[in-house]
Amino acid sequence: MRFHLFNLLQQAFAGNQGWPPQWRAPEPKPAYDVVIIGAGGHGLATAYYLAKEHGLSNVAVIDKGWLGGGNTGRNTTILRSNYLWEESEAIYEHSLKIWEGLTRELNYNVMYSPRGVMMLAHNAHEVQTFKRHVHANRLAGVDNEWLSPEEAQAFCPILNISKSIRYPIVGAALQRRGGTARHDAVAWGYARGASLRGVDIIQNCEATGIRRDASGAVAGVETTRGFIATKKIGVVAAGHTSVVMSMAGVRMPLESYPLQALVSEPIAPIIPCVVMSNTIHAYMSQSDKGELVIGAGTDAYTSYSQTGGLHIATHTLDAICELFPTVRRLRMMRNWGGIVDCTPDRSPIIGKTPVPGLFVNCGWGTGGFKATPGSGDVFAHTVATGEPHPIAAPFSLDRFRTGRLIDEAAAAGVAH
Amino acid sequence: MLLISCPYCETERPEIEFRHAGQAHVARAADPSAVSDEAWTEFLYFRDNVKGLAYERWRHVYGCGRFFNCARDTVSDKIFATYKAGEPRPNVETEAAP
Repeated sequence: MRFHLFNLLQQAFAGNQGWPPQWRAPEPKPAYDVVIIGAGGHGLATAYYLAKEHGLSNVAVIDKGWLGGGNTGRNTTILRSNYLWEESEAIYEHSLKIWEGLTRELNYNVMYSPRGVMMLAHNAHEVQTFKRHVHANRLAGVDNEWLSPEEAQAFCPILNISKSIRYPIVGAALQRRGGTARHDAVAWGYARGASLRGVDIIQNCEATGIRRDASGAVAGVETTRGFIATKKIGVVAAGHTSVVMSMAGVRMPLESYPLQALVSEPIAPIIPCVVMSNTIHAYMSQSDKGELVIGAGTDAYTSYSQTGGLHIATHTLDAICELFPTVRRLRMMRNWGGIVDCTPDRSPIIGKTPVPGLFVNCGWGTGGFKATPGSGDVFAHTVATGEPHPIAAPFSLDRFRTGRLIDEAAAAGVAH
Repeated sequence: MLLISCPYCETERPEIEFRHAGQAHVARAADPSAVSDEAWTEFLYFRDNVKGLAYERWRHVYGCGRFFNCARDTVSDKIFATYKAGEPRPNVETEAAP
């Protein structure tokens, strides 16, 4: 079924009771060509591109919970591509370009909104690093521009540019093509697209072991719903990557931290863009429902608790109240945590592993949502062909041995 | 907010007095130039990242300033024991089992 004006109107008059399920709920088959572990945005996008670009439809995506229920449903939905290094610019820009046409491609409204992402500078060091980013980005054809405090306030009128606050704003870097998208819709859109192309999405099916043959290569996945034979496994398990990889005896250069976010009560539109501040660990935008969506920092210690410390959220709200004094009386409705897998260089790992047939896409840390389409695209290529996509090649697991790290300090400041 | 007992100060203090310092008992090779690239990579970057009972280092930065070790469940965040650097890891497996 495709969405179009006629069936939208028809359903609107019928009380929206007649929509068919958007994806199938199949029983697991005994064997697949590829099994993706993790039905978040990245895993579902991988399955979608495996089917669409590489003709592999005998694919299963398994998840221990429901699809999009992990970090895909817990992030603050920010999209941008203004990273420093060429390798990062390539993958995040690849992703942003897919975002721009994704709603049409999926025939599913992902609510991509290029409202502009503004990163605030509060001291001389940040002015220098952000200007360096602006220049590096412009050389790479990625839009990014430098704003004075007055220009920043013109772009976001509720911003407090007083010189008497604790961390005065001395400038800002603005990527106008950056913005937000609807996090659930991305998972649902890719799930629907993949399911239509024959991919089996199997929810409530936890991987409990990875079986290897005599040569050491992948032979299948043990799950809570039985054994599934396969020659290729793609692990896209975010914060639980180390846990899944340990089933195949592979250690990873990852540490998992809780990262939390919170939303306010819904109000009329007051903030037309996304504002981020690395120095004081706060970022804010407004959802289409009217809630202010606020991202806080990671906890100081590794944990799988999926909750963050209250003092971390309090610290962020202190900063939010100083940057945007007008929101001081708002009540916060909900806060929650997700588990983010951080690499030593704050860049992702996409590619092969020491185990034949086992591929991994992880290490997106605090900023993976923006990369969802591009990550799925290059990882699907990597899994299908057995060799890394040119954009994914620098992000190999092997870079920690060779020393060719991609030290990406432009990842969200919360990761530092 | 964790409450952490510093084994040197012998007091229980809030987490913000401390800094987490990663996995414990990761021994640096006595002669780094003698180890293989693979072993050195493991030492520098690869971590167990355990879900469950983990042994980790903390530093009492706003107290005595010393490093010590801690046994904590990374799902419940419950701390089972803290002990001084150089001491063997305490056996808390039985307590950690659900």
